[in-house]
Amino acid sequence: MYRSENIANSPSRRTLLKGGLATGFTFAFYLPVRAANEPEQAPDTTAGQFAPNAFIRIDHAGKTTLVMPQVEMGQGVYTAIPMIIAEELDADFSKIELEHAPPNEKLYANPMLGVQATGNSNSIRAFWKPLRQAGAAARAMLVQAAATQWQVDPASCRAANSVVTHAASGRSVAYGDLVDAASALPVPQDPPLKDPKDFTLIGKPLKRLDTPKKTDGSVIYGIDAMLPGMKFATLAACPVLGGKVAKVDDGAAKAVPGVRQIVVLDDLVAVVGDHMWAAKKGLDALKITWDEGPNAKIGSADIWEDLRAASKKDGAVAKSVGDIVKGLAQGDRLDGEYEMPFLAHATMEPMNCTVHVTPDSCDVWIGTQVMTRVQEYAAKAAGLPIEKVTVHQHLLGGGFGRRLEPDMAESAVRIGKHVDGPVKVVWTREEDMQHDVYRPAYRDVISATLLNGKINAWKYRVSGSSVMARWLPAAFANGIDIDAVDSAVDMPYDIPNKHVEYVRAEPPAVRTGFWRGVGPNNNVFAVESFMDELARKAGKDPVEFRRSMLDGNPRLKAALDLVAEKSGWGQPLPARTGRGVCVQPSFASFIATVVEAEVDEHGEVKLRRVTAAVDTGIAVNPDIIVAQLQGGLVFGLTAALWGEITVANGRVQQSNFNDYRMLRIDEVPKIDVHVIKSGENPGGIGETGATAGPPALRNAIYAATGIALRRMPVDRKALAVANKA
Amino acid sequence: MTTLTINGRSVTFDAPDDMPLLWVLRDVLGMTGTKFGCGIAQCGACTVHIEGNPVRSCLLPVGAIGNKAVTTIEGIGATETGAKVQKAWLDLEVIQCGYCQSGQIMSAAALLAATPQPEDADIDAAMAGNICRCGTYVRIREAIKRAAGEV
Repeated sequence: MYRSENIANSPSRRTLLKGGLATGFTFAFYLPVRAANEPEQAPDTTAGQFAPNAFIRIDHAGKTTLVMPQVEMGQGVYTAIPMIIAEELDADFSKIELEHAPPNEKLYANPMLGVQATGNSNSIRAFWKPLRQAGAAARAMLVQAAATQWQVDPASCRAANSVVTHAASGRSVAYGDLVDAASALPVPQDPPLKDPKDFTLIGKPLKRLDTPKKTDGSVIYGIDAMLPGMKFATLAACPVLGGKVAKVDDGAAKAVPGVRQIVVLDDLVAVVGDHMWAAKKGLDALKITWDEGPNAKIGSADIWEDLRAASKKDGAVAKSVGDIVKGLAQGDRLDGEYEMPFLAHATMEPMNCTVHVTPDSCDVWIGTQVMTRVQEYAAKAAGLPIEKVTVHQHLLGGGFGRRLEPDMAESAVRIGKHVDGPVKVVWTREEDMQHDVYRPAYRDVISATLLNGKINAWKYRVSGSSVMARWLPAAFANGIDIDAVDSAVDMPYDIPNKHVEYVRAEPPAVRTGFWRGVGPNNNVFAVESFMDELARKAGKDPVEFRRSMLDGNPRLKAALDLVAEKSGWGQPLPARTGRGVCVQPSFASFIATVVEAEVDEHGEVKLRRVTAAVDTGIAVNPDIIVAQLQGGLVFGLTAALWGEITVANGRVQQSNFNDYRMLRIDEVPKIDVHVIKSGENPGGIGETGATAGPPALRNAIYAATGIALRRMPVDRKALAVANKA
Repeated sequence: MTTLTINGRSVTFDAPDDMPLLWVLRDVLGMTGTKFGCGIAQCGACTVHIEGNPVRSCLLPVGAIGNKAVTTIEGIGATETGAKVQKAWLDLEVIQCGYCQSGQIMSAAALLAATPQPEDADIDAAMAGNICRCGTYVRIREAIKRAAGEV
């Protein structure tokens, strides 16, 4: 169990994943009704194991368990992180086992975020050095233990595949046999790290450790938690954002077979039943009168009017170089405004949380990006001290930033307090979509001047909600949300006069949060869209125009050159077909992307081909990097083509995949990703495709039609032939 | 009581006839490999086979199944086509978060059983009902072709 009182020397014992290929099973299994499918939990102790730090455990049998400080939501960290540790540990990668880290800020906080959270595409960046050091320290201790036993110089010993060898005397000893001796040694503070040329795991496209169980139905996500005696609940919150429950008539609901209980809270109503179907039918049978509150008249038009007004004000200055006033007075001037809509996350695994609340304990089964916050919010909701809350982490069926919030755990505990025994609370897709924590709507106002074919001045003002001010207040100072200006203050081009401002503008009613790509999603779109408009004004090819201002950014320039070559940039295309380019330095990766798209006479957009070139530093697992870019591009292109959450009368109007469209396989073209070999420290990758897709597509449409879209998602009416300006 | 044949075995349970198979599998039988995604047959995460045909279990009342054979992700590996699809999925590392992949694999296995050498258009037609939010479509297409080569 995850117990925080003795966590300092004994992280979670729960084993959810085992390395190596699972054998596909050939017989169906039947669990008796309400049987537990929660994994066996190993004893909560590190006794008798070599446990030199929070990440590595080796027992006498040689079993090597790695504790994962970052969560797996599809991005591949449960493969990349083990590769990094095992590399320096010289462990036998085929035999390692993985555990989720328990909630423990002291041991598992993300060094770049300062909290135990998985986000901002920084798992590898943040843990690259600490995990290498953890592995190297453990290895040094094991080698020292062997050398002492043999009375030889440790430098004459060699470690590989969990065995220490002394070649000169032909002796060798397995790590498992060194557990006691190594445990008695001091932990070296600054162990030497491998020269990257000696890497045997890092850089190889090793098979993912989490995927075998994802092919045969045996993987367990939070929504799959099953406990003896468990009940099932689903809920409704007020359709008007921020509204409350006024009155509930539950007569008909209680008559639904299988309905056990109606839980009425101030802001939501939950129906508890023998299964989700009973709960759902019960919910449908409830007559709920809502107190719609102050937001009942709010609509998207009002929100946009407010944001547009805010974007006209001066903002807090995030960056200023040169003389922007003078710069804007010289050369040919161009102005533009870009708008990005609210977006839902729509993780394939709907929001859910299973809880068992008793007067003196609270257990939470969930897949979350924020273990400690879930524990904290659950404790508050349960009215219990934090050490009474046990969080059982699972793999995530998609995160995309949605599971950086603990709200689903808080709601589940508030419901679970009224339920005798464990209860699984599952949001319907409609509730999930209509009560999300949405990607903020943004408005970006840009003015620039061209002098001798290059940008002389660039004034950029981003306006929108600050997620950081709420989520990580330390990252909001002097009126600047560091995420909201990310990829704007550090835009890659050589520009002598540059000025970036931020206006914090909070929308009424709509909760905002992180969404795959976060701030760069907005800024890369606006910057790269405007770059194409400036290139056209300068009479230059978009690739050449960018290239001429990338001398200060050779890694990005090399990526741009490569993508131009691989995408066939400049080669002839049919009518109403174009290529669009995007370059970005976001998340410390240098990526250039070309989208080729065709716009038909009705304004429908067909993706023809996508090509990306990426320099992400040392590629820990190149195949996962390719997969993340392929998938991230689809994620971003989905938003560009379809994504928009709108509000009418205080209600989110989209509800499910029929009106909040996703790209489907028949709409997705070939996506080629070229990874550039690099010796630099690793960059982030999980969100980069999501930021690259929309501007590259928008610029392809611009090339195909001459129409400069300045708002996402794509407006097909504006692209139809009849409406061409 | 209702009796169904699931993955070749007879199983008896107590559930109302209008209850979708999805919730019987997940909440009554504890077979959680079949996933809830949308509840309105828009995403394909809940895909199972009824007599080998892909069906969205979220809208399929258990009372309508009778003695037709139900196959789920937990049992598809026992079929030759299913095992090859699973292998191709691993060989090409299709999967990311994995939540939709039970449904993807079930749809792909049904496609290959009916059309052993699918063209791109066949893949489009058979797989367009399965949403993947991680965007693994490029690899799904490759993996189906890979499995077809081995079927």
